[in-house]
Amino acid sequence: MLQLPLAHLLNEPIGVAHFMVVGAVMFVCGALCMATKRNALGVLMGIELVLNGANINFIAFGSKYLRNDANTLGLDGQLIALFVIVLAAAEAAVALAIVLNFYNNHDSVDVDRAKQLQG
Amino acid sequence: MDPASLLPSLLTAAWLIPLASFVVIVFFGKHMGPHGKLAGHVATLSIGTSCLLSMIALFGVWLPSHPVEAVSHGASHGTEHHEEGDAHQNDHEADPHEHEKEAASVGSSPYQLASYALVAEDSHEEDHSAHSNNDPPPYYTGEYYTLASFGSLKLVLSYYIDTLTVVMFCMVTLIATCVHVYAMGYMHDELHDFTDHEVTLSNGAHLKRPGRYWRFFQYLSLFCFSMLGIVIAGNLAMVFVFWELVGICSYFLIGFYIERHSASTAANKAFIVNRVGDFGMLIGMMALWASVGTFAFGDMQDESGKTLVTESGEIADPGLFTQLRTAENDHHLVPTEQIVKDGERLAWVEADGSSESDSKAGSWLLLIAGVGVFCGCIGKSAQFPLHVWLPDAMEGPTPVSALVHSATMVAAGVYLTGRFYPVFTPEALLVIAYVGAITLFIAATIAITATDIKRVLAYSTVSQLGYMMLSLGLGGWMAGMFHLITHAFFKGLLFMGSGSVIHAVHTNDMTEMGGLRKKMPITAYTMLIGCLAIIGAGVPLVGMGLSGYYSKDSIIEHAWSFADKNPVHIVLLIAPVLGAMITAFYMFRLWYMTFAGEPRNKQRYDHAHESPSTMTTPLIILAVFAVAVGWNIPSTDVGVSNMLQQARPVGTLAASQGVLLENLTIPSEHDAHNYYIPAGLAAFGTAAAGLLLATIIYLWNLLNPSEIKQSFRPIHSFLWNKWWFDELYWAIFVVPTMMIAKLASSFDRGVIDTFLHGTAATAKGGARVVDAVFDRTVVDGSVNAFARGTWDFGLMLKKLQTGSLRQYILFIVVGALVLFVSAFFTIVIAGS
Repeated sequence: MLQLPLAHLLNEPIGVAHFMVVGAVMFVCGALCMATKRNALGVLMGIELVLNGANINFIAFGSKYLRNDANTLGLDGQLIALFVIVLAAAEAAVALAIVLNFYNNHDSVDVDRAKQLQG
Repeated sequence: MDPASLLPSLLTAAWLIPLASFVVIVFFGKHMGPHGKLAGHVATLSIGTSCLLSMIALFGVWLPSHPVEAVSHGASHGTEHHEEGDAHQNDHEADPHEHEKEAASVGSSPYQLASYALVAEDSHEEDHSAHSNNDPPPYYTGEYYTLASFGSLKLVLSYYIDTLTVVMFCMVTLIATCVHVYAMGYMHDELHDFTDHEVTLSNGAHLKRPGRYWRFFQYLSLFCFSMLGIVIAGNLAMVFVFWELVGICSYFLIGFYIERHSASTAANKAFIVNRVGDFGMLIGMMALWASVGTFAFGDMQDESGKTLVTESGEIADPGLFTQLRTAENDHHLVPTEQIVKDGERLAWVEADGSSESDSKAGSWLLLIAGVGVFCGCIGKSAQFPLHVWLPDAMEGPTPVSALVHSATMVAAGVYLTGRFYPVFTPEALLVIAYVGAITLFIAATIAITATDIKRVLAYSTVSQLGYMMLSLGLGGWMAGMFHLITHAFFKGLLFMGSGSVIHAVHTNDMTEMGGLRKKMPITAYTMLIGCLAIIGAGVPLVGMGLSGYYSKDSIIEHAWSFADKNPVHIVLLIAPVLGAMITAFYMFRLWYMTFAGEPRNKQRYDHAHESPSTMTTPLIILAVFAVAVGWNIPSTDVGVSNMLQQARPVGTLAASQGVLLENLTIPSEHDAHNYYIPAGLAAFGTAAAGLLLATIIYLWNLLNPSEIKQSFRPIHSFLWNKWWFDELYWAIFVVPTMMIAKLASSFDRGVIDTFLHGTAATAKGGARVVDAVFDRTVVDGSVNAFARGTWDFGLMLKKLQTGSLRQYILFIVVGALVLFVSAFFTIVIAGS
C-alpha cells in the first residue's frame, strides 16, 4: 500500500522525530512567510518562526528523556535555545528600528520598495 | 721633560695647527668678518703658534738635551780649520777585493767590508777612534697610525725627528709667519669686489668678481700643513703623500687668478711637470720597497727613544738607512743580499756568479732607486730638465712665490735628497751633481736677460737650488743643507721685496722702474741686503759675512775638492764659480734697474709709495735673518751649521769610491777645508767681478745695455727665449702628445663611437620588435584578458544583486535546500 514517508511516526510514542517534524513545519512556514510577505512586519514574524523552529530542534536534541540517554546532564540544548531567544529579541529590536526608519522615509513598510541597493 | 715624548708632541701640534686653521677657513671662511677678513688672522695666528712651538722644540727641548759641539767641519770657518784640514791623509786607497776578503773579520780594523768606502781617514783627531765613519745621528721616531700592512710590509704614518727636522720646522714656520703677515697687507685688494685688469671679457670689459681673500689663506694653511708633513714624515711613503699635497697646494696657489689664461696654464704646467718627476720617484720607491721591504728612515724605537732590539741583540725593526749602512760594514753603503739578488734580474747586468758582478748588480739597483727618488726631487725643486715650470709659476700672487716657490716647497726636493742621502751611491751622487751644475748654469744665464722682476728671482731660485743639489752631489751634505736654510731666508726676503715693488708700481717689468729707492727706502735697502746675501758678500780669509757667504763658499770648496780628486769632472767646479759671477751680475742688475738711476716711467714713479707696515715689517725681520742666520749665537757654539752637523746622515762623512765608475771618488767632507783659501778667493773674485760688471753697465752707464744686446744678438735671443726649452718641449713632447691625442680621438669617434652607436641602434631595433611581438600581444594580451574576464564576471554577478529582500530570502532558502538535499544524498549514497 502506499505509505507516506512519515506515516510510521503516528504509531510510535513521542520521540525526537516528532519534535523535529514540528520544528521543520515551523521552519518552512517561517521561510515561506519571509519569502512571500511584502509587509516588513510579516517578514519579521517569519524570522521568529524560523528561529523558534530551530529552537525546538535544539530542545528536542538536548533533552535526555527524548533521547533515552541518562549519561548527560542534558541542558546544552535548552541553554542554546535561551541564547537564541535573547539574540532574537535583540535582532527584533534592531530590525524594528530599521523598519521604523524605513517607514519614516517611504511612508510604507513594503520591502519591495526597498530596492535602492540593487546592482 | 723627556725629549722622546715632548719633541713629537710639540712638533705634531705645530704640524696639525695649520690643518685645523684650514678646516675652519674651508667651512666658515666666507663668513669670518667682513669679506672673510678674519680668515687671514686665523691663518696667521695658527702658523704663528706653530712657529712658537717649533722654537720651543728647538731651543727648549732639543738644544738642552743635545748640546751643540763646536764641530770644526762646519761651514762657519775659523782659521784653525786649514791646519786641521792639512792633517788629512788620503793614503789608504785600497782594492775592493781585498776588503771583501777581510770583511769576515769584523773588528776595529779600518778596512771593513766596504764596497764603496775606500778612502779611510785614520788621522782625524775628532773622529771616533773605533770607526772611520760617522754613526747615525740622534733621532726620535715613532708611528702615529698604520694605514695598511701586507705581511711584514707596512704603510704607516710616522715621524722622524732629528736636528734637521727641528731646524726645518723653525725655518718653514718662521718664513711662513712672515709671509702670512705680509700677505694680509698684499692681498687687501681681495677684501672687496675685485676687478682683474688682466682679464678681458668678450664684451671688452674687465672681469669683475667677488674677492677671495679667505680662500688665499685657506690654501696657505693647507700648504703649511703639507710642507710640515714632509719635514716630519718618518718614511718615504708618507713623504710622498705630503709631496703630492704640496703639489696640489702649489697648483691651487699658482692658479689663484684662475680667470687669467696664463695663470691656469701655468698651474697646469707646474702640476704636469711635477708628475713626470713623481713617476721616477714611484719607480725608485718600488725598487726599495721590493728589495729592502721598508720605507722607514729610522729604526723602530720604544717610548723612551731607545732602539728596539731582539733578544739576540739585533735591531728589531731596522729602517732603510740601517739596513743599507750596517754597523758591521762601518756604516758604508753595501747592497743587501736581497738587493743584489733583485739587481741580478736587471737585463743589462751580467750575472756570472763572481763576487764582482754581485756587487755591481746591487749597485745598479741602488742607482736606480737613488736616481728614481731623485727624479721626484728634480721635479719638485725645478732642476734641469724639469725646471720649466717654476718661472711660469710666478703667475701666482707674490706671497706665494715667496713662500712656496722659493723658500719652502721647491726646497723640499733638496730636503728629501738630503734626508735620503745615505741611500745614494757615488754614481747617483754624480748624477745629482751634474743635474745641479747644469741647472745652476742654465738658470743663471737666463736670468741675465729676463726683465720681469719676479722671473729674474725665479731663475735665481732655480740656480740656487742647483747649487744645493750640486753640493749634495759632491759629498757636501752640510753645505747643501746649510745653503737650503740661508737661501730660504734671503730668497723669501727678495721675493717679498719684489712684491712690495710690484704693489707700488703695478707692473712686473723692470724696464718701467728705476729710481724707486727714494720712494720706498725700506724695500730698497732690505732688498739690497738680500742681494748681498745671495751673492755671498763677506770678507775673504777673515771669515765674516752675510749668511750666503758661509754656505756658498763651502759649496765652492766642495766643488774644488771634488774636482781635485776627479779631474775629469772639472766642469763641476767651473759651473759654480762661473755661476757665482753671473749671480752677482743679475742680482745687482735687478737692484740697479729697480731702485737706482732715473725713473724710466714717470707716471708709475709718481704713483709709487712705500708699502704699509704689514708688508715692510716682515721684510725687516727677514733681512735680519738674511744677514745673521749663518752666524753662531755670540759666545756660544749654537748656530745653524753646528746644529745641522748633529743631523749628519749615517756614514756620509767618509770618502767613498764608485763601483760602476771605478775612477769616481766622492771626497770626504773634511777634505773641503783644504781648499778654503782658493775657493774663498775664487768665490769672492767672481762675485766681485759680476758686481762690478753690473755696476758699470747699469749704474755708471759706461756701457750701453742695448748696444751690448745688439752686438751679441744671437746669444741674447737664445737667453731671452730661455734656451728654447719651452719651444723644445713643445715640439718634442706637447706636439706629439697632441697628435697622438688627435689620432686617438679620431679613432675614438670613427671606430669606437660608430661601433657603439651601431650596437645601440641594434639593441633599440631588437627592443622594438620584442615590444611589438611579445610585449604588446602576449604580455599585455594576457593581462588585459584577465582584467576583462574579471570585469565581465563582476557584471554578471551584479545581476544577482536585485535589491529585493524577498528574493534574497528565496536564494537563502533555495541554497539551504540544495545543501540539505546534497547532504541527504551523500549520506544515503555513502550509507548504501
